[in-house]
Amino acid sequence: MAIGNSGKGYVLLAPTLLVMGLALAAPLLLLAVYSLHDQNGLALGGWTLAQYRAVLASAGYRSLFLRSIAISGLVTLVTVALAYPMAYFVAFHARRKFAWLIALTIPFWTSYLLRVFAWKIILGFDGVINSAALRLHLIDQPLSLLLYNPFAVVVTLAHAWAAFAILPIYVSLEKIDRSLLEAAGDLGDGALRRFLRITLPLSLPGVIGAAILIFVPTTGDYVTPELVGGTKGTMIANVIEVQFNSVGNWPLGAALSLVSMAMVAVIAALFVASARAAAKAAR
Amino acid sequence: MKNRGLLLYALAYLAFLYMPVLVLPVFSFNNSEFIAFPLSGFTTRWYAGLAADSAMLHALGNSLKVGAATALASTLLGLLAAKAVTRNRLRGAGLALGFISLPLFIPDIVLGLSLLLLLGAVGLPLSLAAVVLGHLLVCVPFALTVLIARFEGFDPNLEEASADLGEDGWMTFWRITFPLMLPGIAASLLLTFITSFDEFLVAYFLSGTEATLPVYIWGQLRFPERLPVVLALGAIILTVSVALVICAELLRNRGVARPRVGA
Repeated sequence: MAIGNSGKGYVLLAPTLLVMGLALAAPLLLLAVYSLHDQNGLALGGWTLAQYRAVLASAGYRSLFLRSIAISGLVTLVTVALAYPMAYFVAFHARRKFAWLIALTIPFWTSYLLRVFAWKIILGFDGVINSAALRLHLIDQPLSLLLYNPFAVVVTLAHAWAAFAILPIYVSLEKIDRSLLEAAGDLGDGALRRFLRITLPLSLPGVIGAAILIFVPTTGDYVTPELVGGTKGTMIANVIEVQFNSVGNWPLGAALSLVSMAMVAVIAALFVASARAAAKAAR
Repeated sequence: MKNRGLLLYALAYLAFLYMPVLVLPVFSFNNSEFIAFPLSGFTTRWYAGLAADSAMLHALGNSLKVGAATALASTLLGLLAAKAVTRNRLRGAGLALGFISLPLFIPDIVLGLSLLLLLGAVGLPLSLAAVVLGHLLVCVPFALTVLIARFEGFDPNLEEASADLGEDGWMTFWRITFPLMLPGIAASLLLTFITSFDEFLVAYFLSGTEATLPVYIWGQLRFPERLPVVLALGAIILTVSVALVICAELLRNRGVARPRVGA
């Protein structure tokens, strides 16, 4: 029998579930416990909802959350919009698809830290863009508005996460039955109508998948805002790190973590639901 | 021509992807401590400096150890779980898969600091073993995805035939399942190794005094005079990983082209 009994299946599954339970579920539970306590010197105080009240009542944290979500939302939009034509080209027009896919993924095998740092070199005061623009006499003074702001964060993240947009969109485009496009052409649809009525709706699952794959982790990104964001580009993870490592208020850091995760989960779920509804309505 | 417009766009996009990656090797050969234009001449002294940097070599050794342990453990766990969900009809398999994939949707900083809390609560020290545990969270979902795809890619009847011909479970595994899974196993090992080797944030919280390479690099980013050496190392890592990826892809294609059963 190829399909063994289910008892054996559970035995095979048990080690992985055990490790994940130990390293994921238990720590997250502990995080929740911390978030429901006071900080009392270096130890935990009594049970309280004070941390959540502090997080939700503070205008500073509210604007921090809004900024993080706005930056990640913009990153998602820019990354997906830039990647779509690229994936479309590989799926429909490239002669050597495999070579293109390799060429598109090679940049992502460099150290993540060094890739982010490279943008600091490109956008910086003595950086690539400023030097080139000065040399070409496009500007008289180096621009200082390129680095240490939300714009730098968006550019850097759109670069760092590009593969996570290209690959899912490419897969969904590649799966489209080409005879559908021929049929639409035979029935008199032009290239644009064919794209809007067939290609785009059928590739939406890839677009939605890419958007979630990018939006969720970038809201929690630490390295990019820390290196290129400056004070105006600070995001949630930077503030959480400060609570844990510098301020030493672990309960507040725990509450910030859980509130931000809950918020991101709600936004992602709403996005997926509305995108599916829109895709259905378009059909 | 519409196609020519798309091709131009594709080339521009490729330039956007490669510009930051190429900046690193350029400055690793630049004869100045300052990472800024204009360039000031060619040198290989940063590469010579690498060999003398014992702290960096130690961190590199730590990352290799953590990466190897993470790759082996996450691929083994992924293999067991992938076999369970593809070959046994399990109630609750979807739920288990969802739970195992959960770390994909949790920011790394939360994974790192919640493990930090757990280690503190049970009184375990920060260590490379703790980093491996954290990296398993990040890597097992990847391993599982790759291995499930491979399990679904070959005919379960081959395993059934082996059992019918009298092989026991272990022999069927070694003579049928394992050879057929080998390309998937290799892909999973490579993916999880690279992911662990490059992971910064979880290691930053859990490594304690034994820095991994990304944690060490993070420390160096604050000292401008140390940067060219870091860039030289980055250029070497890039070259090695590109060579590895290309080899792996060639191997994978060979594995797909010649599906052979048996030892």
